Amino acid sequence: MSSATFRIWRGDSEGGEFRDYTTEVSEGMVVLDAVHQIQAEQANDLAVRWNCKAGKCGSCSAEVNGSPKLMCMTRLNSLPLDQPVTVEPMQAFPTVRDLVTDVSWNYEVKKAIKPFAPREPDAADGTWRMEQYDVERVQEFRKCIECFLCQDVCHVLRDHRLHSEFIGPRFFVYSAALEMHPLDTADRTTELADDHGVGYCNITKCCTKVCPEEITITDNAIIPLKERVVDKMYDPITKLLRMFRS
Amino acid sequence: MEQVHFATPVRRWAETRRLDAWLTQPLGVFLAFTAFIVYSTWAAFQGDHYHFGPYLSPFYSPEIFGDSPHSLLGPRPGWWPNPVPFSPAFLILWAPVGFRLTCYYYRGAYYKAFWHDPPSCSVGEPRSSYRGENSFPLIVQNLHRYFLIFALALLVFLSLDVWNALWFEDPATGAVSFGIGVGTLVLATNVVLLGGYTMGCHSLRHLVGGGCDRIAGLPMRRPTYDCVSCLNRRHMLFAWMSLVWVGFSDIYVRLCAMGFVTDLRLL
Repeated sequence: MSSATFRIWRGDSEGGEFRDYTTEVSEGMVVLDAVHQIQAEQANDLAVRWNCKAGKCGSCSAEVNGSPKLMCMTRLNSLPLDQPVTVEPMQAFPTVRDLVTDVSWNYEVKKAIKPFAPREPDAADGTWRMEQYDVERVQEFRKCIECFLCQDVCHVLRDHRLHSEFIGPRFFVYSAALEMHPLDTADRTTELADDHGVGYCNITKCCTKVCPEEITITDNAIIPLKERVVDKMYDPITKLLRMFRS
Repeated sequence: MEQVHFATPVRRWAETRRLDAWLTQPLGVFLAFTAFIVYSTWAAFQGDHYHFGPYLSPFYSPEIFGDSPHSLLGPRPGWWPNPVPFSPAFLILWAPVGFRLTCYYYRGAYYKAFWHDPPSCSVGEPRSSYRGENSFPLIVQNLHRYFLIFALALLVFLSLDVWNALWFEDPATGAVSFGIGVGTLVLATNVVLLGGYTMGCHSLRHLVGGGCDRIAGLPMRRPTYDCVSCLNRRHMLFAWMSLVWVGFSDIYVRLCAMGFVTDLRLL
């Protein structure tokens, strides 16, 4: 049994400070285990949001040593324990208390995205026929657990605070899942460009790097959406072709 | 959308609580890009030592106007203004430069390395204002698909250069015979790597099928989309390998032409 020091953010929406807690650590522990141990032994009032402890609920998102991570999936043996491990709330959202952030902005954003609009059913019994290949393309996006780590790491939200003009990687993935669906008939490209700020993304791929579900956010969702926006709004040749077709 | 209010301040330039060596990657990219830009600019301005026997440097291919036997339309045109320096590379280099400058992978890499926008993930930025690619000037990055057309055409010319690099002229008799030299392999590798990079382009992926919601029913579209997607997953790898190799190809031809290196004939 050895010990490690955790430098945990304590505070609320008005401000706060880092406090050091030294606790025993053992093989197989993750950051969330250590935080729970500190909560039980030294800081009973430490606020932390968690649920499944299996990387599937997306509740325990925080920043460990400056990088957005799920605390339940960050093993202590992957961190340098010879110096304090910094644990702080996500920076892209307002802090409620300690490690808990208010992510409700995300739910409001989701409501603003044009919902799924399937074409008329293919069969008389009201069912549709789709090729497995076409559906598989959007299945990747459905793995999202809404941990919002991608939103947290995105510098457009994190550093530039453009929450009113930019929906963030999570909702580009959501939009791509709808937009590329073989049954969907709605067109979201104008909103993506004008209201949802897809042009703000400068392809740093930070969202892809932090995704615990390993969704290829930038290459498979955001860039294809950017290309669709170019088709619709900027490319004169595609515009011309569309005009002839219609 | 709703406004969000924060108590935590925005971080300062390079401020982060990351403990890893986050600076290594943007610094490496900065140094590699700078070295390539300096060398390729110097090489383009030379206007000399860009061909050797059947080999033509990829920086100068296709040679539209120029003094070498590879020139398609003869020597420097009369309409070229005298005070402006001339090099055959000026007529062609804008296309691959434009293609790489507007490439989705390179954009992300040089925004980080040169603009620090951001320097690395979850590291503070030097500027508070940000417009991204939402407005001028960076909105012109959307021209990528047009540069793609030129990049695909260049692949055809570079493949022809490899074909030409298989035919060696005997200086004594003037007879042309089939052969393979080290330079042939250098130029062939260049085409393979550039092909891997160009064919894995995000815009190409969109054009061959990514823009459609239903691909499965289209017999040609599905395998093409799968093939481009496969290369696209290695886009960064091909971007770097092709960048390094195109520079090396120019250096090889240049050193042969200057007499510093003897081109070995393998066949």
